[in-house]
Amino acid sequence: MTVRIGVVTFPGSLDDHDARRAVRCAGAEPVELWHGDSGLHGVDAVILPGGFSYGDYLRCGAIARFAPVMSEIIPAARRGLPVLGICNGFQILCEAHLLPGALTRNRALRFVNRDIQVRIENAETAWTRRYRGGQEITVVLKSGEGAYVADQETLARLEAGQVLARYVGGNPNGSALNIAGVTNEAGNVVGLMPHPEHAIDALTGPSDQGLDFFRSVLEVVAAA
Amino acid sequence: MSQDTVARALATPDQPQPFAELGLTAAEYQRIVSLLGRRPTDAELAIYSVMWSEHCSYKSSRKHLRQFAEKAPPTTALLAGIGHNAGVVDIGQGYAVTFKIESHNHPSYVEPFQGAATGVGGIVRDILAMGARPVAVMDALRFGPADVPDTHRVLPGVVRGISFYGNCLGLPNIGGELAFDPCYAGNPLVNALCVGVLRPHDLQLAAATGPGNQVILLGSRTGPDGIGGASVLASASFGGDGEGAKRPSVQVGDPFLEKLLVECCLELYQAGLVVGVQDLGAAGVACATTELAAGGGTGMRIRLDTIPLRDLTLGPAEILMSESQERMMAIVAPAGVESFMAICAKWDVQATVIGEVTGSGRLEMSWQGEQVVDIPPASAAADGPVYDRPARRPASQDALAADDPARRGLPGDGAALREAVLLLIGSPDAGDKTWVTEQYDRYVRGATVLAMPHDAGLLQVDETTGLGVALATDGNGRYCQLDPYAGTQLALAEAHRNVAATGARPLAVTNCLNFGSPEDPAVMWQFTEAVRGLADGCLALGIPVTGGNVSFYNQTGSTPIHPTPVIGVLGVHDDVRRRVPSGFTAPGASIVLLGETRPEFGGSLWAWLAHGHLGGRPPRVDLVAEAALAAVLVAGCARGLLSSAHDLSDGGLAVALAEACLTGRTGCVVTLPGEPASFLLSESSARAIVSVRQGGEEEFAGLCVEANVASVAIGVTGGSALAVAGSFTLPLEELAAAHASALPALFG
Repeated sequence: MTVRIGVVTFPGSLDDHDARRAVRCAGAEPVELWHGDSGLHGVDAVILPGGFSYGDYLRCGAIARFAPVMSEIIPAARRGLPVLGICNGFQILCEAHLLPGALTRNRALRFVNRDIQVRIENAETAWTRRYRGGQEITVVLKSGEGAYVADQETLARLEAGQVLARYVGGNPNGSALNIAGVTNEAGNVVGLMPHPEHAIDALTGPSDQGLDFFRSVLEVVAAA
Repeated sequence: MSQDTVARALATPDQPQPFAELGLTAAEYQRIVSLLGRRPTDAELAIYSVMWSEHCSYKSSRKHLRQFAEKAPPTTALLAGIGHNAGVVDIGQGYAVTFKIESHNHPSYVEPFQGAATGVGGIVRDILAMGARPVAVMDALRFGPADVPDTHRVLPGVVRGISFYGNCLGLPNIGGELAFDPCYAGNPLVNALCVGVLRPHDLQLAAATGPGNQVILLGSRTGPDGIGGASVLASASFGGDGEGAKRPSVQVGDPFLEKLLVECCLELYQAGLVVGVQDLGAAGVACATTELAAGGGTGMRIRLDTIPLRDLTLGPAEILMSESQERMMAIVAPAGVESFMAICAKWDVQATVIGEVTGSGRLEMSWQGEQVVDIPPASAAADGPVYDRPARRPASQDALAADDPARRGLPGDGAALREAVLLLIGSPDAGDKTWVTEQYDRYVRGATVLAMPHDAGLLQVDETTGLGVALATDGNGRYCQLDPYAGTQLALAEAHRNVAATGARPLAVTNCLNFGSPEDPAVMWQFTEAVRGLADGCLALGIPVTGGNVSFYNQTGSTPIHPTPVIGVLGVHDDVRRRVPSGFTAPGASIVLLGETRPEFGGSLWAWLAHGHLGGRPPRVDLVAEAALAAVLVAGCARGLLSSAHDLSDGGLAVALAEACLTGRTGCVVTLPGEPASFLLSESSARAIVSVRQGGEEEFAGLCVEANVASVAIGVTGGSALAVAGSFTLPLEELAAAHASALPALFG
């Protein structure tokens, strides 16, 4: 069975091309989803890629969450559809309240593109089960508004298993608790600030250690 | 006051017109009058004033630029050359590549953020206009001294502008340059390069063919950005209420809209709906209409009042001159208009039919039912004035050439040499550029194989075969100040070397010629020497100039910048999986110095940093040696013999060794075959250092002998220091600290 993974293109999505490439590389079939689509074409999982949806005008992800395709994705995600938001996709998932917290300007107020290390804190989710808990991987951070923030109560709640990944070896953007990614309680919706899709081979990325995000969801879907 | 029309121009032949304020000379104005057989209308005057400007007409440079065609080496790779929006070269396997570099110097000084941002936007549209998908950008930046206050206004703004526009557009930034010199303090150089990929049959041309075809303007609405001179006409026509003075002279960019425009145009091309296309940059609608009609040998009828406006008070002259960003003009067959509009609607790109192609050979424009323009399009686009400006070598060149820095004394012992290496590697010029480059997205599109700090940017074009392209830009104002002919060839040679270091075969050249005023005979001499040097150099290396850009009037008061031609070289990599990085990657590899080292310090980074000295002769140019060196580097890569390769340029062997150690996080121990200071600080050209894979030493040495390239094994990679036997040892930690802090110490 071929697993079909939808990659949404909003106006201003940029890493959609890369996300589709990563899906292909992991052995699944990428399906192009358009922001104006009123259905999900029967995909088994969805990726909201990086970029500047709608120019990031108003606030990152604030307009994208109202796109027609999101009104399909939001209820499907609540029913258990695996959804991965990368960078701008993470911002959209927060704006859509599928994930807690928000992303704000980097502490240094500059865009930063850096090869960084993150530690996988929760290896139980639909997108991380091929990793070992505590495994450190090298991926790419590239964002101007990547500092994760949430109120104290939310942060305390997240510590009970919803922190997906943390920056190690320095906090590159001022994220609370060094948070690089979070998951919802059910473990099917995951938001990640760094880009695993830019780390799928050592030729075009700093490592191939991001590929297991995509392989993980393949296993989950195949087992379902 | 009512609008100036053709009828009124005929009726009022003697009405005075503000041609001088628009930058036209009296002779040029008279030429327009005799061309038209009457005085021009305000709108026509606007068209001629922008199209005959130095920027659009190349009137001072055109005579000299012909050498690029006259001396072009024979090549079968060139699909479109000089005169097009960008040159296009065939790279094989059914792919073509288009690339070009362009200046946005003056806007970037006035408003660094928007000036630099729109510089990226403009060059991307040039590439898009050739039918290509833009795939990467690069930036060659030059500023005043890093420690003066104004540089702290200009540099961070420029970098943020490039970061904002390029990142938001989804184009990886894969390299470029960053240099500092007092001569750029009042006139920074912001040169942006874009590269695009297409299938040869997808090539688009800027030609309005087929009478009856529709002229469609798509993208942003037209506003009062960058109008500059047109406000003179506005105030003259409308009684001068001073509104014009409040308008921004620098354009404002919207990369989100440009991203949509790129995707929209590519879909329109794929659907076969575009007969001809032109981007709108300098001179906006005036340029696009005249060039499209002239390119097609046709005429055009345009209804200026159908152009969507952001500011409803704009009149015909302002609309024609507006440099509003993110616009393209397409020629479309009537039967295709509906499908064309549907694709534009899909991408939320506004598109408007503003006229049609005619067979009249006249460019006619109307405004509210009255004719305001009626000219032969080629008279504005192609047949502008051409000047043969006086050029004179300044007498001061001789004294400059005689003032050799070697007399100042090289570092005398190991301790002094150690300090010199730290001075170089910790300078803003040779220091770590991460503060700048980490503000740029280098990964988007998943094809970046090498980027900063490697010698060249390297992109994968075909995932299955590994076909790729490498790009490097180089320029050296100090060398060119000493000798513009040699200095330009040295810039070409350096870019050639950088491309070859990755394992790519150099194929084609683009250039951005940054100079002072062409009305200064000394500057004109520098310019003619530089052009001659580049044309001769390209012929010698067998790679054609495919296009470029001339930027004059880079000066503060009457003091011009150092002549600064920035040369971009594109190469083809047969298999990017074999790419050669610049850093020492593994311990135990033999380090080989390729090329001849002579005591050459004129214009060197060491002379400048250690003594604030600029004089003497630049390094000797040897293009035969450059070609041989490139052949060895490419063959070494193809045979899998090299684990690293790094060109020698600013700062010579000292900087090259330090960079190779730092980039690869591996030390080295070297023994120099001569006096260490001379070997480490000389900037002799046609040199590189490579580290050879264990077991490949003999085969590589054979390659060098065969190609007649001098090679000497100078040491071995490994350890945690840069050690020069008998001279000094620099722990990598200390080296890295000096290198890494160069920019953060100044810019935060």
